[in-house]
Amino acid sequence: MVFKRFVEIGRVVLVTYGEHRGKLGVIVDVVDQNRVLVDGPQTGLPRQTINFKSLTLTPFKVKIQHGSRTGVVMKALEEKKIMEQWKNTLWYKKLCSRENRRKLGDFDRFKVMIAKKRKAAMVNGQVKKLKSLHTMK
Amino acid sequence: MKSWLHQYSIVGRKLPTQEEPEPPIYRLKIFAPNVVNAKSRFWYFLRKLKRVKKSSGEILNISEILEKKSTQVKNYGIWIRYKSRSDTINMYREYRDVTVNGAVEQMYKDMSGRHRARWSSIWVLKALPVAAKDCRRSKITQFHDSKIKFALPHMCPRAPQKKYNTPFKAQRPTTIVQ
Repeated sequence: MVFKRFVEIGRVVLVTYGEHRGKLGVIVDVVDQNRVLVDGPQTGLPRQTINFKSLTLTPFKVKIQHGSRTGVVMKALEEKKIMEQWKNTLWYKKLCSRENRRKLGDFDRFKVMIAKKRKAAMVNGQVKKLKSLHTMK
Repeated sequence: MKSWLHQYSIVGRKLPTQEEPEPPIYRLKIFAPNVVNAKSRFWYFLRKLKRVKKSSGEILNISEILEKKSTQVKNYGIWIRYKSRSDTINMYREYRDVTVNGAVEQMYKDMSGRHRARWSSIWVLKALPVAAKDCRRSKITQFHDSKIKFALPHMCPRAPQKKYNTPFKAQRPTTIVQ
């Protein structure tokens, strides 16, 4: 199993548990084998130590020195346009859509159902066409 | 971050009497969860060091010592003296943390886990940040690497909120972070 995402200085992480759920941060320093010092100035994650249990590593990385201050971290994030890259990922889009789904009202859920039915009708129509072509052959 | 322990600087002295109108003033730095406990520990230690009791003394000042750089990882050396079941032992232990309070907390938990030593049987003699080159424990010096890098080979997925901690799940967990 080849590992591609490592805990290292500059690794961008996503907080998945606690009050800062959903915020991106950068690993600024490693405290010990369970905790890292994380800072997320772009997303409002205050500089603090977090356990790996509350984090997920992302594929993004910035170049910073260990123990860099918040200003330096902010600059590095802006240079590499991490927020843009993150918002273009499928991962982020899925998280967004999950949140939206949770906030739907009854009418919105009805609209979703209609849209799903329409999409299924289009897909099944095509499948039927392809099947009939195949059997004819 | 809410911490359990706080560091207090407590200044006290024996009550002035006819024979001794200006008794010497002593200051102790105590790690305790609150002010009440801190004052109690102050008298406990001062009684062992000097001939003064709470009833014959007074606390002049108690103030909390706050961490100056609470967002910088430091190596803490903690000198302790603890009572094991048969005798008392001196120890020097090292912990990596962001505040001295956090390091001392770690020490108490570590001592209780490794040596079954309880709060009441541990005396913290000194707790200071130690420079990386002066650290003695390999467990701590292994993190002294400016290009530190390691994978997380087995990540147990955690429910994002406590209420989603159900005993049964629809899918098997993925422990790989890649």
